[in-house]
Amino acid sequence: MMAKNNSTLPGPNDIYREALPNGITVLTRSNFNSPSVVIGGFFDAGSLFDPDAKLGLADFAASALMRGTKKRTFDKIYNELESTGASLGFSSGVHKSGFNGRSLAEDLPLLLNLLAESLMTPTFPKTEIEKMRAQFLTGLAIRAQDTSDMASMVFDEILFKDHPYSRAEDGHPETVKRITQSDLVKFHRDHFGSRGMVIAIVGAVKSEEAVRQVKRALGAWQVKGQKEAPALPPLKPMKKTVNRHHQIAGKSQSDLVIGTTGPMRKDADFMPAMLGNNILGQFGLMGRIGDAVREKAGLAYYAGSSLSAGIGPGSWEVSAGVNPANVNKATDLIISELKRFVDDGVTADELADSQTNFIGRLPLSLESNGGVANALLNIERHDLGLDYYHRYEGLVREVVREDVLRVARRFIDPNKLAIASAGA
Amino acid sequence: MTNSLTETTLSNGLKVFLKEIHTAPIISSWLWYRVGSRDEVQGKTGISHWVEHMQFKGTPQFPANILDKAISREGGAWNAMTYLDWTAYFETMPADKIDLALRLEADRMTNSQFDPEEVASERTVIISEREGSENEPLFQLGEAVQQTAFRVHPYHHEVIGDMADLRTMTRDNLYNHYREFYVPNNAVMAVSGDFETDKMLARIRELFEPIPAGKEPARVARGELPQNGEVRLTVEGPGSTSYVQACYHFPAASHPDFFPLSVLDSLLAGPSNLNMFSGGISNKTSRLYRALVDKELAVSVHGGAQATIDPFLYGITMTIHPKRKPEEALAALDKQLQKVREEKVSKEEIARAIKQARALFAYGSENITNQSFWLGYAEMFARYEWFQTYLDKLAKVTAKDIQRVANEYFKPQSRVVGTYVPLNGKAK
Repeated sequence: MMAKNNSTLPGPNDIYREALPNGITVLTRSNFNSPSVVIGGFFDAGSLFDPDAKLGLADFAASALMRGTKKRTFDKIYNELESTGASLGFSSGVHKSGFNGRSLAEDLPLLLNLLAESLMTPTFPKTEIEKMRAQFLTGLAIRAQDTSDMASMVFDEILFKDHPYSRAEDGHPETVKRITQSDLVKFHRDHFGSRGMVIAIVGAVKSEEAVRQVKRALGAWQVKGQKEAPALPPLKPMKKTVNRHHQIAGKSQSDLVIGTTGPMRKDADFMPAMLGNNILGQFGLMGRIGDAVREKAGLAYYAGSSLSAGIGPGSWEVSAGVNPANVNKATDLIISELKRFVDDGVTADELADSQTNFIGRLPLSLESNGGVANALLNIERHDLGLDYYHRYEGLVREVVREDVLRVARRFIDPNKLAIASAGA
Repeated sequence: MTNSLTETTLSNGLKVFLKEIHTAPIISSWLWYRVGSRDEVQGKTGISHWVEHMQFKGTPQFPANILDKAISREGGAWNAMTYLDWTAYFETMPADKIDLALRLEADRMTNSQFDPEEVASERTVIISEREGSENEPLFQLGEAVQQTAFRVHPYHHEVIGDMADLRTMTRDNLYNHYREFYVPNNAVMAVSGDFETDKMLARIRELFEPIPAGKEPARVARGELPQNGEVRLTVEGPGSTSYVQACYHFPAASHPDFFPLSVLDSLLAGPSNLNMFSGGISNKTSRLYRALVDKELAVSVHGGAQATIDPFLYGITMTIHPKRKPEEALAALDKQLQKVREEKVSKEEIARAIKQARALFAYGSENITNQSFWLGYAEMFARYEWFQTYLDKLAKVTAKDIQRVANEYFKPQSRVVGTYVPLNGKAK
């Protein structure tokens, strides 16, 4: 018996969604093909709340949640988790912080207990905080030597000048050194709470049972005075191309990031931009950029483009790793591809190829429990509707060449680019 | 849900595994060749990996600019990878499109062109790939340790090859390597997903059986002799972070000791996931984390082995705490290894390792690509049965076994210890 296409995509028929009285939204979808389960979620405690002087605070707080709770020590938390082969971790973004975990289905109650304890009653023990600080500072020292990380950082500084998006969420050595235990306690008190929290559970558990377990673990969580996120200031458009190199001595390869702003996720131009980007730097062996920089010129092992679209203004960036002697040559090739993209747009064949690519690969991205959990969170975060993945094919097919050209011209001006490189 | 498994060998020697899984309209096809850096001699290091790159450069039927778009157009995910013992190509496609992948793989088993211009442009791409790796301190350290641990066995060099060879290998070197190893009797095909076995097997026969068997490829690997005495080395490079890598000679995956050593790995450094696509779990309550990271000698510690045909290495990598010295971390590591040599581990620790392995296996079977991966992967260093009986073999491991293998394999005199010494802004 062959599986039917639409019957395997998540939709209103098999996604269960329930809003709990304390503001938590639960999304679940069962999958009994493997005895495992995945949880994922987000809440409003991102780095937007970080003061400049203590940049990295939200990240530190999220990472420190599992270092000890009122009930369990760091070692006890991880002992329970790792003894069952389960995993759980927190991380922070600009707008939201989030969590991911997985376990055998039989251990879901344990996973949710640890999640709830970490969110509700972390103690931020001083000794653990100092251990983590050393780990963060080492991570930042490694970042300073990473050509790819540094090129991305410089790119954000140019493109998002004077905007919160220009800031590195993991902070800088001097800001991480300033963060104290009381900063973490205060950050948790002010910004963590059930309002706005979303949790997705996917795997070998029935929906009603999953929701019952979430209610048991997190249903009683109520926080008074949970602060609202500050409004985003407007982004100043770039007036001319800005090119900046960050020197890291002794590196055999330089990383290059060239780009501009992109649409927000909710922008009506999101889908044409995604398809255009696929043609520009994804399709086949990384689209037109890969063809020019890697296949024809042999300049790079990797060269492609990406679109990052979230709650606020996004970025549209081309990146490549090249020999330091070839940075200028690769830059010129990439800019000429961007010019061609905004001057001539894309061909009918290119668009048709990318459309079938998007439609065909959707079931692949939704194959694992983790893939489905991300899809459910995506639906909720951007208000896409439970039927989004059933409507997806239509949304892809309705894009025409003119849409791609219009969107390319709306966002990309080859004379106003952010160009960042890092390396020797 | 029954997942029927079929194993057969075509008349030309191509081994075929088929597993029906009807959970999603997806099929994942993997073609594995028994060729990797293990089959390379000095002067031609990296040749297997370069041949893998050339397999994307076109045949008369699927020219380079057609090939790279054909799979993507149909919504497929595809890639290839070269390793110590094998090279693998996979396509995961919507079920009704898989025929394209089968035709493509049958075609490029024999018809790849190795056009000299394509070879020339790929040379600089691969050199760029190597330069990207050289940016990483841990690549530099790992390469130095590996070449020290192996004197005569080809595991001596990195899969990507030495820069000297990447600059000098010729088109004919590459083509000859391709012709020698890309023969059906040196390959395993594994297909899983939403198909009917009879029809799939008939189509595979139709496409692959006309390809004649080749000569059995010659193997150049020579057994490495025991190492009689610890070797220490340093690598200097940019940055401000020190790393230490301690590597111990480890048995082949088919050796019975591999299983007690897997349990030992789990409790020393957290469980390694041999499945390359489904991630692992944290290791914060492993013995080494507690002794090194909790005690602030290192900021991270990882350990793991690879499943290989010939004996390879068990590596423990420590990122040293900024206020500590590499020797202090190494001393703490030694103390832990001494402990597992001298004291039996508890039954609870063994049970825990088995539960961890069971969970990792469950995660790995969530998707069809992973299930297909295992069918062929296990064949590259053992048999598929190795994978099917893995958890049972772990369940039979005793504390006595673990103590014995700890004494046999984790001896200070048969290890290589490499230290990455950061230059902190000083010139090299």
